[in-house]
Amino acid sequence: MILQVQSINTYYGTSHILQDVSFQVESGEVVALLGRNGVGKTTTLRSVMGLTPPRSGSIRFKDMEVMGKAPYAMSWLGLAYMPDDLRIFPDLTCEENLEITRRLSRHSGYWNRERVEALFPVLRGRRKQKGLNLSGGEKKMLGLGRALMANPELILLDEPSEGLAPLVVRSLVGVIDEIREREMTILMADQNLKFCRRVCDRGYIIERGSILHQGTMEAIWGDEEVIKKYLVL
Amino acid sequence: MLESIVHVCLAGLSTGMFIWLVASGLTLIFGVLGVLNFAHGSFYMLGAYFCYTLLGLMGDNFWLGLLLGPLCVCVVGFVVERYFLRYVYPLALPYQLLLTFAFVLLFDDLVKVVWGAGSIGSPTLPGLSGSIPILGRNFPVYSLFIIGVGPLVAIGMWALLEKTWWGRIIRAASSDREMASAIGVRVPALFTAVFIFGTWLGAMGGGLAVPYVGLLTPGMGESIIIDAFVVAVIGGLGSLKGAFLGALIIGLLSSFGTRFIPTFDMFLTFILMAAVLLWRPQGLFGEAA
Repeated sequence: MILQVQSINTYYGTSHILQDVSFQVESGEVVALLGRNGVGKTTTLRSVMGLTPPRSGSIRFKDMEVMGKAPYAMSWLGLAYMPDDLRIFPDLTCEENLEITRRLSRHSGYWNRERVEALFPVLRGRRKQKGLNLSGGEKKMLGLGRALMANPELILLDEPSEGLAPLVVRSLVGVIDEIREREMTILMADQNLKFCRRVCDRGYIIERGSILHQGTMEAIWGDEEVIKKYLVL
Repeated sequence: MLESIVHVCLAGLSTGMFIWLVASGLTLIFGVLGVLNFAHGSFYMLGAYFCYTLLGLMGDNFWLGLLLGPLCVCVVGFVVERYFLRYVYPLALPYQLLLTFAFVLLFDDLVKVVWGAGSIGSPTLPGLSGSIPILGRNFPVYSLFIIGVGPLVAIGMWALLEKTWWGRIIRAASSDREMASAIGVRVPALFTAVFIFGTWLGAMGGGLAVPYVGLLTPGMGESIIIDAFVVAVIGGLGSLKGAFLGALIIGLLSSFGTRFIPTFDMFLTFILMAAVLLWRPQGLFGEAA
């Protein structure tokens, strides 16, 4: 087991966002956190990354207790994070956004700039472009590519399919499959059930800060009641 | 008339370069850490006093004093950032201002205790005190040297920030410290390093001022920090390019003011700042909020 989260409670100020959230991810799996907007998916990923540390509970990464560790320490341990708003460094070029991550990473592996550019050929033509001037779609590819450049063992993706045209989502399925082939474990938060069904093994359904349901993606896909209740707007 | 204007320009440039040396550190610290460091003038003052003392101890070797003096001030800067300032980053801006202002008072009194409340005449240095004729009138060699140092510092900082990976990491962390941390930047340590570097720039300004200002006084940090703030505001807070240009403008303006309309010398500086703020509140090179 690469990640084990046990009854974490996370707050923003005084509001209690995550309530006793527990889940786990096995090495090599692709796991989805499902649920509507504002139920706590992003907060869950931020809690794991150390950006919004939980006040209680336990987070074990590669059998090490990591709760309370700073984000840079999590990154050194082999975790990478793609936020939903991507947070591309606006002042750095596309190329620098990628290379800076590789230089700061303490892990080496399959992914380098050539391979990321082969995965997203658009980025090749944008090398000298500042992050500020990239389009939304380019930022998404760069955000994902930047996370890959760290060669992490576990990658956290927040809303990878959000805002992409259906055709692009279809190619993203191929991208996720390719990432997975390189023995990377993925935990993603996404609202696109069709997309998750194609790329994920298992899913957890979050509703108002708690995990209410879990199962294989096939089982969730087949459970109309659950879909109606927690997923369809 | 022409000689007079050339000389006033040269004097203005050297004044401007001193302000730039102080404003550069102030601007860097604000740009990266988001802290308006009032105590930056104190680092300038401490730089001057440390260099002065080292000069006495080491038998008038100005360059060695200039190397070691600012390094001593860097230790002070480290203590200020690591053990005090770090704890007020999450608080509102007024708390940061209050804390750094407290350090201004503290350092002023410290200087009075160690070096005395009166002014100290700085020594004239052999080799640096000469002057050379420019258009028939003598101009101090040391001022020309300062006019050369300012742009060198500017080019050095530009190269550091734009051309090295250290610089790219600093720029990444200054635009988004959370994301920088998520890709592995140890942000608190980076902030300490940047603060120390900024401190060094201010203290270098102070050290270089020793042969220039003639008198060291416990309040010398305050007068320069006001100029540096004006420069930083005119140029756009956080913009090094703006601070450099602002320092040139203010240096020249005050030099011409002193020469031609002495009564309005200070007035000119502040009226320019007011005009810039009304016309472009974010400063010449600042980003619009």
